[in-house]
Amino acid sequence: MFNPSHDDVLRLLARVTGDAKHAPSAHSTLDVLSVLYGKVLRHDPRRPAWAERDRFLLSKGHGPAAFYAALAAHGYVPEEELARFGAWDGILGNHPDRLRVDGVEVSTGSLGHGLPMAVGVALALRARRLAEPRVFVLVGDGELNEGSNWEAIAAAPQHALGNLTCIVVDNLSSTIRFPDLAGSLASFGWSVAVADGRDHEALAAALGRREQAPTAVIAEVVR
Amino acid sequence: MTMRERFAAVVSELVESDPRVAVVLADIGVDRFAPVAARHPERVVNLGIMEQAAIGVAAGFALEGFVPVVHSIAPFLVERPFEQLKDDFCYQRLGGLFVSVGASYDYASEGMTHQAPADVALMSALPDTEILVPGTAGELETLLRASYDDGAVTYLRTSVRANAEDRDVELGRLTVVRRGAAGTVVAVGPLLDATLAAADGLDLTVLYATTVSPFDGATLAREAAGDVLVVEPYAGEVLVPAVAGVLDRPARIGSIGVPRRPLSRYGTPEEHERALGLDAAGIGERLRRFFGAWPRPRGA
Repeated sequence: MFNPSHDDVLRLLARVTGDAKHAPSAHSTLDVLSVLYGKVLRHDPRRPAWAERDRFLLSKGHGPAAFYAALAAHGYVPEEELARFGAWDGILGNHPDRLRVDGVEVSTGSLGHGLPMAVGVALALRARRLAEPRVFVLVGDGELNEGSNWEAIAAAPQHALGNLTCIVVDNLSSTIRFPDLAGSLASFGWSVAVADGRDHEALAAALGRREQAPTAVIAEVVR
Repeated sequence: MTMRERFAAVVSELVESDPRVAVVLADIGVDRFAPVAARHPERVVNLGIMEQAAIGVAAGFALEGFVPVVHSIAPFLVERPFEQLKDDFCYQRLGGLFVSVGASYDYASEGMTHQAPADVALMSALPDTEILVPGTAGELETLLRASYDDGAVTYLRTSVRANAEDRDVELGRLTVVRRGAAGTVVAVGPLLDATLAAADGLDLTVLYATTVSPFDGATLAREAAGDVLVVEPYAGEVLVPAVAGVLDRPARIGSIGVPRRPLSRYGTPEEHERALGLDAAGIGERLRRFFGAWPRPRGA
């Protein structure tokens, strides 16, 4: 199967035109997304609803250019759509819509929604007796200021959701810095790894872990 | 059996019979679901006191093909996680059943934090929601079974206040209780009995609504005589624009409901009803004022 490289993703990112709002966000997630789609996720673009696929939820829905580029590189989105970013009759907007784009699991934009939904998906996979698929959700460090995330952070370990991985892209964007984010997540019962958010090997290793407890990967990205 | 008890019994049965049903709780009503949770722990989940996450988790279940049922006290089900209902369900076009307890002033003695009289108005502000306000436990079961897996965001409002007998209700339909010529009253859910008592002996058509949204405009347009007075057990005059939207003739539309002011008294639901003019005497007074003179049958 065609296996796009990080360079493919980079080339496609450059094709996303129009309103380039949230550009720093788009680029902070670039390497994580490239590694996820290229090396970690079990997925098949020809079968976006495949029951056994890993689910990826982009909670931090703003700055989706890198997400769209990754989806285009893997064949979920026609390349020509990238140039129609934000168009009236386009399918790619500033926040992704799951009903318009294959491979988008949830429509996001408002912060603090993806992680609770990911907990629900992880519980639902267990109820479906689907043991293999994993659920990945990407949040931003700023997004973690939203209280709803902490409800989900408290809940996931209680249900021993080993099929859940929360990726925190930490680009120092939050107004309220958590003094010890890794320690905080660990204190709730998450298995936490911290990785350089630009280091593909480190990211792949951190994202590849599956344990009894839900896992968190803090991907540090300097803006 | 109260509406809430019937809800728990029917949903427990559905968890057993329909493998798509998943119950998400936030520490409210947990005991009622304990037996079925023990048998199906993977589909009856209590998260603890976290209503925003409860709606998000329910949406996660819906994404995987389940029919989520979420239950809590009205303010904690509708008001606190309102944006989750909008984004996690409506925007995604996912369906779920949201069942509240504590209608308007049912929890009178708990104070205003435990009351959400604008619940129906809020839910009707969201796109394509189905809003059900049964008047008895039997009607609740009929509406619940007809709607739970229809793919809509369904808000089902239980109340302690109830009518004495089940009516022949159908999802999405107004029930014609009586026909008259001098005017029309549309009574919603648990206020039917008080409305019928208030309208006793008067030449009025009485229509009974247990589905507030989508509103059965066809029946209203066909049956409504004269001016129309809507009697609603919640705040926000939700059915006034619905009625106005289907009447194609000049008519006055009036409204009786819970007023939009803080309900800061304690006491009992009966005391609130009396103070707000939502008992039979209060509704009767408003009927008389709205329809002018007592609209008696011709020749009487």
